[in-house]
Amino acid sequence: MTLKASVGSPFARILSVGAATPSRVIDNEYLLQYIDSSDEWITQRTGIRERRWIGEDEDIKTLSLTAGRQAIERAGVDVAEIDAVILSTISHYHQTPALAPQLATELGLTDAAAFDISAACAGFSYGLAQAEALVRSGQARYVLLIAGETISEITDLTDRGTAFLFGDGAGAVLVGPSETNGIGPVVWGSDGSQAGVIWQTKSWQDAVADGTWPKLGMDGRAVFKWATGFIAQAAKKALEEAGITADQLDVFIPHQANNRITDTLLRYLKLPENVVVARTIQTLGNNSAATIPMAMDALLASGEAKSGQTALIIGFGAGLVYAGQVITLP
Amino acid sequence: MATTEEIRAQLAELVNDVAGVPVEDVQLDKSFVDDLDVDSLAMVEIIVGCEEKFGVTIPDEESKNLKTVGDAVAYVEAHL
Repeated sequence: MTLKASVGSPFARILSVGAATPSRVIDNEYLLQYIDSSDEWITQRTGIRERRWIGEDEDIKTLSLTAGRQAIERAGVDVAEIDAVILSTISHYHQTPALAPQLATELGLTDAAAFDISAACAGFSYGLAQAEALVRSGQARYVLLIAGETISEITDLTDRGTAFLFGDGAGAVLVGPSETNGIGPVVWGSDGSQAGVIWQTKSWQDAVADGTWPKLGMDGRAVFKWATGFIAQAAKKALEEAGITADQLDVFIPHQANNRITDTLLRYLKLPENVVVARTIQTLGNNSAATIPMAMDALLASGEAKSGQTALIIGFGAGLVYAGQVITLP
Repeated sequence: MATTEEIRAQLAELVNDVAGVPVEDVQLDKSFVDDLDVDSLAMVEIIVGCEEKFGVTIPDEESKNLKTVGDAVAYVEAHL
């Protein structure tokens, strides 16, 4: 007996991108009621001037739907052809069911495969690797990948090392078949020995027992060291795996963790000065998995980046996990 | 085997690259934080840079003791 195998497209690419920016603008000054710091200190160490938090009537679901709907509309693809929805998030505070099935239904998809993934700040690139694989293997014709986060809800406003870092937001891309390749090989991995470097400060059981909400903890020094050492090498490897050199790159969209990390990655990669570099952290903060698609959307909307250009993306975060690819911009 | 001066000179280039400190200011008696105005994040980058440049490993508990340029040079010399 011979089992039939699914047959996919030889190549995949990102067809469109969408984003949802929450309504509340939180400047550094606002946070000084909670922490002993200064606008200058925060800006110098991180590049962040303000971040966005969800306001009334906004949550992980509304943000994700807005971004997802925009990506579908911009691609002009019939929803009936979208066979899978992946939501990358660490801020859907509901263990089960996953949020992706509800998003799929509300977006008008019928009977689409739908699931959430948890890869923190690497979540977009992790999800993209899966979306690409689904399309190329024929498991799905089109895949909607959404990265949605509301990290403000677990931000420790009393921690002067992290209170100013995080924000909320969502970005989404539609991935589909292509005659030419638009997504290079993923370079990804994990290191569970560093699970304690970025972590939820207590389990849900402990939170229930003591009646207080868990927060997001981070050893900033360890993250900075990892990001400027190991991740810099991983970013270089993503270029090599895609078969391109730094001077063939048009755009660089690293996870928006800290402008200083971005500066170091630039130095290590020796990117030419004409490469457009995402700096959306200045106004959006670090919204985990959402930073890369939101930056992609912002750069395309402002005209700084153009459709068809070649971009390096790399995400890295709690796990520790990381993933990066070279892509063709939608 | 690299001499103390050779290590200092290479470290000076690194500090210049990371924090923009003039190479000639990076002398053995200078404190990274107090004299050269290197902040905590730049210090981490200098540590990572040293590990790469000199092929040494500098654990966190050790790196916190590297207050002056001389401390860093001595650490590298001892672990080359």
